[in-house]
Amino acid sequence: MLNILWPVFIVISFLYALFSGNVDKLNESIFQSVSDAVQLSITLLGTICLWNGIMEIVKKTTLINKLTKMLNPIIKYLFPDLRNNEQAKAEISMNIVANILGLGNAATPLGLKAMKTMQKENLKKDVLTDSMAIFIVMNTASLQLIPTNVIAIRSSLDSQNPTTIIFPVWIATVIAAIVGIIAIKIIIRRVKQ
Amino acid sequence: MINYISSATIPILILIIIIYGIIEKNKTYDTFLEGAKEGIDIVLKLLPTLIGIFVAVGALRSSGIIDLIIKLLEPVINIVKIPVQIMPLALLRPISGSASMGIAVDIMKHYGVDSFIGLITSTIMGSTETTLYTIAIYTSCVGIKKTRFILLAALLADIAGMVSSVIIWQILS
Repeated sequence: MLNILWPVFIVISFLYALFSGNVDKLNESIFQSVSDAVQLSITLLGTICLWNGIMEIVKKTTLINKLTKMLNPIIKYLFPDLRNNEQAKAEISMNIVANILGLGNAATPLGLKAMKTMQKENLKKDVLTDSMAIFIVMNTASLQLIPTNVIAIRSSLDSQNPTTIIFPVWIATVIAAIVGIIAIKIIIRRVKQ
Repeated sequence: MINYISSATIPILILIIIIYGIIEKNKTYDTFLEGAKEGIDIVLKLLPTLIGIFVAVGALRSSGIIDLIIKLLEPVINIVKIPVQIMPLALLRPISGSASMGIAVDIMKHYGVDSFIGLITSTIMGSTETTLYTIAIYTSCVGIKKTRFILLAALLADIAGMVSSVIIWQILS
């Protein structure tokens, strides 16, 4: 996707700058952007290292397993088709817990594993099952307790209060997830009729 | 109240994790260092992407073309109630994580990180995912071609997240 978008962005904006007389501003912005990127990386470095370190402790303890068990009732309700597939249910809950804790690089492999486990019981191998569809929609709604990257970006831009967005983010995420799940459930029911 | 919850979340979470580590007799400091070291890798891999995206997004802004696009889209956007300034982010957010990050930083710098627009931008970035990318990796890993209607449901969720971000800050400010 970016192989199309990136050159298009550059070509149209460079051409537009040349014809609209904004070429000075453009020239300035090229070098400003490069140093902005470096500065943001440095700020991200601090937050990401701190968070990665804390989350490494989570990985080494039994906290994930405990949280996974707490999710059981929700999983049962959301994935009625997986009644007898204990492995898939376990992998789905671990993926959700990893997402909530912001363990992005642990969440994706777990999610892919869950997909493979569900695929084993899929009768039409090239069509998504209901459970898979619900699972993917849940993964596209970023269920995350601490939006670390955004907080790091905000502090790199000298925000007065970088974490003030946490609570609003929770509300927006939960609304997005509920809308997504309701939408996919309705669509599934419609298609079956 | 909202400020208190927002400020307390990180300290409380870290506290619980560390205490949990102590109870389970984990060498918390060694473990912490191990994880923190991996963070360097993540950021190093991110830097080239950020440079590429920031230059492209900066060019969109400084050339003036983004203002032109916003003006052209304005009548359509007014229907969804999302402020026009955020529209470039709303359009790119489901497609590319790094490009939307570049746009978000650009918007926050331009309008102020703690301004109404800046706060909505942060909330959108925190509450939505790179939908198309997520759908692509999750379906392709098991060789599924027919994705039925998940794109529609996922995009509806994204729109709901964005509209609620706007409404929340309208109520709070």
